[in-house]
Amino acid sequence: MTGRIHSFESFGTVDGPGIRFVVFLQGCPLRCKYCHNPDTWGKGGQEYSVEEVVNRVLRYKNYFGEKGGITVSGGEPLLQIEFVTELFTALKAKGVHTCVDTSGVTFDENNADSVEKHKKLLAVTDLFLLDIKHIDDKACKELTGQGNGKTLAFAKFLSENGKVIWIRQVLVPNITDDDESLKRTRAFLDTLKTVERVEVLPYHTLGVVKYEKLGLEYPLKEVEPPKKERVQNAKRILFGENYD
Amino acid sequence: MMQYKGWEGFVPGKWCDDEVNVRDFIQRNYTPYEGDASFLAPATDATKKLWQIVCDLTKKELANGGVLNADTKIISTLTSHGAGYLDKDLEKIVGLQTDEPFKRALQPFGGIRMSEGALEMYGYKLDENVKEIFTKYRKTHNEGVFDVYTPEMRAARSAHILTGLPDAYGRGRIIGDYRRVALYGVDYLIQKKEEDKLAMSGDMTPDKVRNREEVADQVKALKALKQMAAIYGCDISKPAETAQQAIQALYFGYLAAVKDQNGAAMSIGRNTTFLDIYIQRDLEKGIITEEQAQEFIDHFVMKLRIVKFMRTKEYNELFSGDPTWVTESIGGMGVDGRSLVTKTSFRILHTLDNLGPAPEPNLTVLWSKRLPVAFKRYCADISIRTSSIQYESDDLMRPEMGDDYAIACCVSCMQVGKDMQFFGARANLAKCLLYAINGGKDELMKDKVTGKPMQVSPEFMPIFGNDALNYEEVIAKFDNMMTWLADLYVNTLNLIHYMHDKYSYEALEMALHDTKVRRFFATGIAGLSCAADSLSAIKYAKVYPIRNEDGIVVDYRIEGEYPKYGNNDDRADEIAVWILKTFMKKVKSHYTYRDSVPTTSILTITSNVVYGKKTGNTPDGRRGGTPLAPGANPMHGRDCNGALASLESVAKLPYEYSRDGISNTFSITPQSLGKED
Repeated sequence: MTGRIHSFESFGTVDGPGIRFVVFLQGCPLRCKYCHNPDTWGKGGQEYSVEEVVNRVLRYKNYFGEKGGITVSGGEPLLQIEFVTELFTALKAKGVHTCVDTSGVTFDENNADSVEKHKKLLAVTDLFLLDIKHIDDKACKELTGQGNGKTLAFAKFLSENGKVIWIRQVLVPNITDDDESLKRTRAFLDTLKTVERVEVLPYHTLGVVKYEKLGLEYPLKEVEPPKKERVQNAKRILFGENYD
Repeated sequence: MMQYKGWEGFVPGKWCDDEVNVRDFIQRNYTPYEGDASFLAPATDATKKLWQIVCDLTKKELANGGVLNADTKIISTLTSHGAGYLDKDLEKIVGLQTDEPFKRALQPFGGIRMSEGALEMYGYKLDENVKEIFTKYRKTHNEGVFDVYTPEMRAARSAHILTGLPDAYGRGRIIGDYRRVALYGVDYLIQKKEEDKLAMSGDMTPDKVRNREEVADQVKALKALKQMAAIYGCDISKPAETAQQAIQALYFGYLAAVKDQNGAAMSIGRNTTFLDIYIQRDLEKGIITEEQAQEFIDHFVMKLRIVKFMRTKEYNELFSGDPTWVTESIGGMGVDGRSLVTKTSFRILHTLDNLGPAPEPNLTVLWSKRLPVAFKRYCADISIRTSSIQYESDDLMRPEMGDDYAIACCVSCMQVGKDMQFFGARANLAKCLLYAINGGKDELMKDKVTGKPMQVSPEFMPIFGNDALNYEEVIAKFDNMMTWLADLYVNTLNLIHYMHDKYSYEALEMALHDTKVRRFFATGIAGLSCAADSLSAIKYAKVYPIRNEDGIVVDYRIEGEYPKYGNNDDRADEIAVWILKTFMKKVKSHYTYRDSVPTTSILTITSNVVYGKKTGNTPDGRRGGTPLAPGANPMHGRDCNGALASLESVAKLPYEYSRDGISNTFSITPQSLGKED
């Protein structure tokens, strides 16, 4: 089995616990306006076999310590869910902590085949970083091109199956940072049983150069990164009782 | 036998049994410290006032174009100047290089032209009389070297395939064991040297005569050292009796070295564990407080911060600033498993808080996994706030060097008082590869007479035609060219160091070494990653030569992709390892001056910029004149698999082939280390 891979990062420190080897998979069904990796959207990337990636990852095992491991990100890594499952199966056998950074949009609760595939993935995944793009279905569609139904369903699915979740919320001024949305998100999180942590990721403009290189129009030209107070405010609301 | 008052209270051992053995003294007497930094004391008022004086002088010096004052007439020796002070009443540790702070000394023994040039650049004029003496009557190191250089050596030097050779300035990198001055007192050291000299009898071969003369010079230097201290009203003939005296005596030893030598790196050794024994003894006796202990260390470090040399602007350009490399090695583990971290290891790092951050002295923590946790945390804390600590792997160096080695310059380790080295600058291997392709004709320089490309090596067969370069052919030619370069390089250094010993011998520093000293022959490599990537491009992509009107290959057209060093990709990394091993084996095959042990380093931290300027376009796509990567770093921007992949590539270079050190410049923003504290 092979996967299409955009790139590797041997020293990932922000996508999951500890030091992580991050594999960025190629391809994404969403078109989030703030995406800072537009180069991972389309076709392309390079083909690697599971074995090749496993060999790469294992070279850094010494650095993982007690907490670190592998994170697959993207793009949307679960577009290649079979590849990820096989990769994680091999890595679990070697004692590597496994983590997926996903939006959950590949999950279809009404399709037995999809449910089955995701179940298999859950069996070999230690941690899910789940990106809730927007709690409002309409706003989510406006922001990413798709509604949030699948993401929320996947969150419930993870919770029901006892899988640890870290929720990630990208904070974009005037799009995702209003109190009402944040409170609704929090209310949704309260229905889940396995959320271990919530991360607020302030929107940044580091991706703009990539748009220029790809000849794409940058959709959020007018938007500045959020002010510190807004980030604090979001944390206060989203962290719920864990806020200090 | 505890014959001195200064030794009272110390655990006796080999160190006081008719030997000079500082390590034994430390091992028997030091107190490992596992606690945290909470005991540290802030700067005293005296410290603050003195540091303000230094800050004001620094401003004035900058406003004055980089030099505040310089001697043009008095030749610097240990006793050439009267006492100088920042503020005599406030200083707990005294002694300046000249009679005024920030006044730079005249040190012409390395080369009078360097002294004259440096003075002129800053608007001073060398005294005519001094000039006459050093051109007519007293030969310098520089003159000696140029008398004996072969035409080929001169050509390699001006083409910069050999760069930064210590042929016009002090070679430096020798670390006296300055602790000996404090522990034994100068009289004891003189007596030991006299005994050594007496034992050098029998057939008076040239080597033996030289050894006898050197020891005689060492004894004279020790006597001068005593006089120098006397100028400041201090008697260092006997062992130090207090912590203040110990620090003072140790500093006088170092001060004498910098009065004597304007060396490229004037490192100070590994002193904190040693000094801690004296501080601990005084604290236990109740004759000093923690505030005073810190004040001694603060004032000592302040003095190290204002060590200055008169150097040309080109020299400063080569080293990107005006570095003195007063490297102090801190911590590390003992071979018996105890940590060598003491409270004074904390105190010296604490100077970065009390006096603020500074590049000198170059505080270097010898890092081990097993260092006490509290000390590691303190180091991290200071590093985050000041970015002023250098770290080196004690775990890597200790097996070979034991637990009483120190770092000279940035990475070069030696056992204190037992090893010295002949510093050897670097050979530019990226340029060597270009020579392999062009048959030893320089890609940039023209012959002054013919106007044709300058032939630097003998005329090797170049690569002909315009087909894609053939890897096997290039490798074979590169191997030959490295054979030539290693030969020339080693022999250039052989004669440079012969002349340095003859005309600018470091008598004081060597007086603080064992007479039977181990010598290292410290060669160096520049342009490793550029050469490795170039060969990788030739092997895995197609690289077409582009020739100028003289038929010299001056550029390259690359078709396709190739693996690059710095991505933990064995295909490229193995080429880098091959280059290092091959070159080092060639170096080792030659006679090296005074039976020295050949080593090499990959550590151009700043001079890679200057070396790059003198290197044309390379087959990896690097443009001519742009910098080579520093040290063993991957070429800029080519490591695209993250930090660990990059570091893993560097870590493949075998240390046993680069015993003088491998450096990798690595900076990272706090944000990229994670999200929390």
